[in-house]
Order: sequence, then structure tokens, then C-alpha cells
Amino acid sequence: MQNFIKTYMINIKGLHKSYQMGSNSLHVLKGIDFEVKEGELVAIMGSSGSGKSTLLNIIGMLDNYDKGSYELDNVIIKDMDETKAANYRNKFLGFIFQSFNLINYKTALENVILPLYYQGVDRKKRETKALKYLDDVGLKNWATHMPNELSGGQKQRVAVARAMVAEPKVLLADELTGALDSKTSKEVMDLIQKINKKGKTILVVTHEEDIAQMCKRIVRLKDGLIVEDKKINQKKAL
Amino acid sequence: MFNRDRWFEIFETIKNNKLRTFLAGFTVALGILIFIVLFGFGNGLENTLKEYFKDDKFNTIFISGGRTSKPFGGYESNRRIELTNDDMKEISEKFDFFIEGITPRVTISSEVGYKLKSNNYTIRGVGPHHQYNEMTIMMFGRYLNEMDIMNKEKNIVIGRLVKQDLFGDEKAIGKYLTGGGRSWKVVGVFQDDTGDNEERTIYAPYTTMQKILKNTDEVDQIILSYNESIGYDGALELEKKLKTFLKNKKKIDPSDPRGIRLRSASKDLKENQDFSDALAYIILLVGIGTLLAGVIGISNIMVFVVKERTKEFGIRKAIGASPKSIIAMVLQEAIFITTISGYFGLFVGVGILSSLGDTLEKDYYITDPYVDLNTAVTATIMLIIFGAIAGYIPARRASKIKPIEALNDK
Repeated sequence: MQNFIKTYMINIKGLHKSYQMGSNSLHVLKGIDFEVKEGELVAIMGSSGSGKSTLLNIIGMLDNYDKGSYELDNVIIKDMDETKAANYRNKFLGFIFQSFNLINYKTALENVILPLYYQGVDRKKRETKALKYLDDVGLKNWATHMPNELSGGQKQRVAVARAMVAEPKVLLADELTGALDSKTSKEVMDLIQKINKKGKTILVVTHEEDIAQMCKRIVRLKDGLIVEDKKINQKKAL
Repeated sequence: MFNRDRWFEIFETIKNNKLRTFLAGFTVALGILIFIVLFGFGNGLENTLKEYFKDDKFNTIFISGGRTSKPFGGYESNRRIELTNDDMKEISEKFDFFIEGITPRVTISSEVGYKLKSNNYTIRGVGPHHQYNEMTIMMFGRYLNEMDIMNKEKNIVIGRLVKQDLFGDEKAIGKYLTGGGRSWKVVGVFQDDTGDNEERTIYAPYTTMQKILKNTDEVDQIILSYNESIGYDGALELEKKLKTFLKNKKKIDPSDPRGIRLRSASKDLKENQDFSDALAYIILLVGIGTLLAGVIGISNIMVFVVKERTKEFGIRKAIGASPKSIIAMVLQEAIFITTISGYFGLFVGVGILSSLGDTLEKDYYITDPYVDLNTAVTATIMLIIFGAIAGYIPARRASKIKPIEALNDK
């Protein structure tokens, strides 16, 4: 039994979340049950307003939930103060955003270094490590370039490197291809598949069917509930 | 604070956001600079004021006789009241407790000569205490002493310009001047900060003057200095008592406004002090106002800077920055910039003041403008502290904002 529990990377039970919009309460998540095992590559799909981004934010400890339970690697995540949440995010989670969210006055390398800085890694070590991860996404030669000198695909690859460098347990990607053309999207998804192949648990929020097909499992949300959860035959990105 | 990595991070931020850094620094530097210059000018004005009131000692009362305007005790009105040595003696005995020193003054004007040169000078018969009242500074020799008074010596002390007129470069001490058909031995040469008039005066023992020139014991004025510790109110009280005493002694109607004339600097002193205080307040107000303007300036910039960086803070939080580290980063950067630029403004301001020196004295009544280092450093530290507070409030708000909201902030 214990062995069984340990295999869940993410374990969510009866999750509810409402937003207060003035005098109205908007019930976004209406009881989500959802588990992810280590090494999975899950696409969370749904139209806008289905609650998929809210779910991802709660999983990413960027937002709180009202009711239910959420365990990340067997640690209960509930009502954490900001300092602790920051610490957990830093240790357990890597984020990739639609709008890249690189710090625009820092070079690609400096952006990748930042999570290590907050981990308190020694200066020399973090530079070496960041450079290695930048190399993994094929951007070693762009290390000293500013974000505005990079293409969209390159920016997202820097963001992937930045998310990976802290060696998180789970990688969370929110519409990571939303701002990219289809060719670049495929390149980035190829990168994601490669990372997954090495055993990393990855959650991808998307509304694009072909992106979802490149994952191993699709979870569909509608009006705050999971309406479908199925394993699929993964398509190769490239 | 001493985390080398954080400093590195801050230098990085500063290096990559030059305009922002320059604006913040410029505001602080300008605030301190203006504060120092205005404060310095204010102090310069005060210096000029002090210079004006340097002439006589403040704690001095001048008493002289006048003409009565009312009949009293069998006397007609319009009677001339003469003060005498006896009056002075009685005053000094009766009011001994309040009085620091007392001297009469007998003034005439006479031709005085040495060898072939001669000139008209004011000659004052006085006692030794007169030196204190007039703040006379001896250059050579000595002032009149009690022996001169007692023995009615024909010793005189001459002003610097008298010496220059009659002796030129020649030594004056021990030489004899002629005046009123007699010879007078020069025992001292003095100077006086008040200026030329005073330095064209000759002082002689009042007893000698009375004996030779008038052969009476009358004096033109009695000058006394009171103990400063009695204060302004005490001085007014003393003046009242002196008047009553003399009117009684000279048989003058107590309600007669004339007869005895009393002049003192205590009122001037009070006014001067009030003026000086008012000026000090104005200077303080200007200083606080300038600092306040600086604080508001730096606050605005800090609010703007934090707003501009909200998204960056969101990113940092998403990848593991704690709220504390965000606040610390903003504060440390703000304090670093304000400190450097604050002290820069301070040194430039002090530099401007000291390079101005006395060039503004003639036209703008600003003498030797200065700011003592304590005030300047305190002002700078105040600005740094307020700058930090001004940065802390928006930084704390920004650090509390959920990363997701910050990231959605386009």
C-alpha cells in the first residue's frame, strides 16, 4: 500500500476553487480528482474558462485552493506562507509560461542561473550548471545574448532550461507553444518529449489538439470538472 | 546585507537599468545639494546679523540726566538734572548684587596734537570698566586703571586711527600729547571692531577730566553692565528700579517721563534674539521643506520602479524567490543608490558653499555660509531612511502579490 502511494507525484482529491468577482462568486473548480505518477507526460485540455489554468496554478503553488487536498510528492500542500511556498516552488517545480517570462535585462545565461541563485548554489557551480542546461536546449552559443536578441523559440528554450536547471520533480508548462509558430512549436515539444524520456514528470496545459497528441495522456476539463482522462499513443513531435 | 551574491545581483540590476538608477540618484543628490546650499545661506544670514550687533555689550544700561517736564517738591519744571560721582557711587552700592561693573562718562571734543600735527578728537573721561562696555581691544600698552582714577593721572589711551594720524609709524606708548594746554601721556593704543568713529576717540581718567576741564563732580552718563544671569526680565526690572531710585534721589515727579533717561541694549538684545530665532526657524523650515521634497521625489521614483518591476518580481517568485528576498533586494538597491548619491550631493553642496566663501557678503548679506557636518550628515541619513521607507512600502506590496497576478500583469 505504502509503495503504491509513493508512486504518485501529484495526488489531488475533491479540489474546489472559487474566485470572488465583486459580489459574485465564480466557482471555477468543482471537485477535481487527479493523480499523476512519476515520469508521466500529461496534457490538460479544455476551452478557455474550463479551469485548466487555475488547476495548473494550484499545482504550481501559485494559487490557493478552497476545499479538497493536494499532495505533491507526498507532501501536503495547503495554506503555505509565501516564504515556504517559494522554497517549495524552487525545489519541486519548474515553470514554463506562454509569454516566456524571461527577465529582459538579464542574458540567457543569467536567466537560467537565477533559480540556482535562489537555491543558494555557489557562484562558480551555478554558472557551470546553467551553461550545461543551456547546452542541453542547444543554446550554449547564445548564453550572453539578451532575451530581445533571441527568437520566440529560442526564448522558450531558455525558459525550458531555466525550469530544468533547478532539477524539479515536476515541470509545469502553461500554453508553452501559444506564442510560437507550428514549426517552432514542434521543436519545443520535441525538447519536452526528450526531457520526459529521461524520466521527468511533465504537465502541459494546452488547447491545441496536435500538441496534446504529443503527450502520453490527455485530461479534458469542462466547466470545472474532469470529463475525460485517457492514455493515448504518443505522437512524435518531429 | 553582507551577502556577496546579493550585492552582485544588485550591481547587475543597477548596471542594466542606468536611467532608473540615474533618476533616483539625481533626485537624492539634488535634494541634499539644495538643502545644504539653502541651509548654508541661512547660516550666512545669521552670521551677518551677529556681526551687526557686535558693537556694545548687550548687558549695558546707559543713564543720563535730562530736563524735567513736571514741577515737583518745590522745584519748577524744565529743571536740568545733572548726574554726579556720588550718584554713581550710590547706585553701585545699592545695586551691587546685580551690577558687574560701572563707569561714568564725561565727553568733550578737543584739539589734540603731537609735535607739528594736530586734530580734533572726541575725548571721553571714563573708568576702567568702560573697556568692557565698549568691548575695546588693546593693541599696545594698557587700558586705564584704578590708580589713574584715584591719582587723577594725565594718562590717556588713544584709538588706532588717532595713533595713525598723529604718530604714523612712530611708537606712541610713553609719548606725550598736548590738549587743553596740558600734556597727556599715552599709555595704550586700542582698536574697536565698530569702526572708524570709535577708533578716533581718546580715553582719559574721568577724575582727571573733571578736575582739569570742568572742576565739578558731574558726569554726562553713567554706564553700567548688569549680571547677564538676571536675564531679560531681570534687566527690565533693574531698569525700573534704577529709574525710581534716581527720581527719588533727584526729587523728580515719579510720573515724569523726562528727567532721567535710561537707554539699554536689553530691548535690542531681545529683538535681536527674537529675530535670530525667527530666522533659525525659517532656515529649519526651508531645510525640512527641501528634505521633504527630496523624500517625495525619491518616493515617487521608488513607487514607479517597483511598479515597473512587478512582473520581474512575479517571475522571481515563480522560480523560488521568497517575499523577504524581494523586499531585501529592493531596499538594498534603494539604500545603496541613495547613500552614494546622497553623499555625492553633500560633498558638492559643501564644496559650493566653501567656494562661495564671502563673495555674497556685500550684496546679499550672507557671511561665511556653512553647514556643520553633523547637520549635513544627519540630513543625508534622514533622506536615506525615508528613501528606504518609501521603497519598503511598495516593495512589500509587490512581494505579497501572487506571482500569477504579477505574471498576468502585461
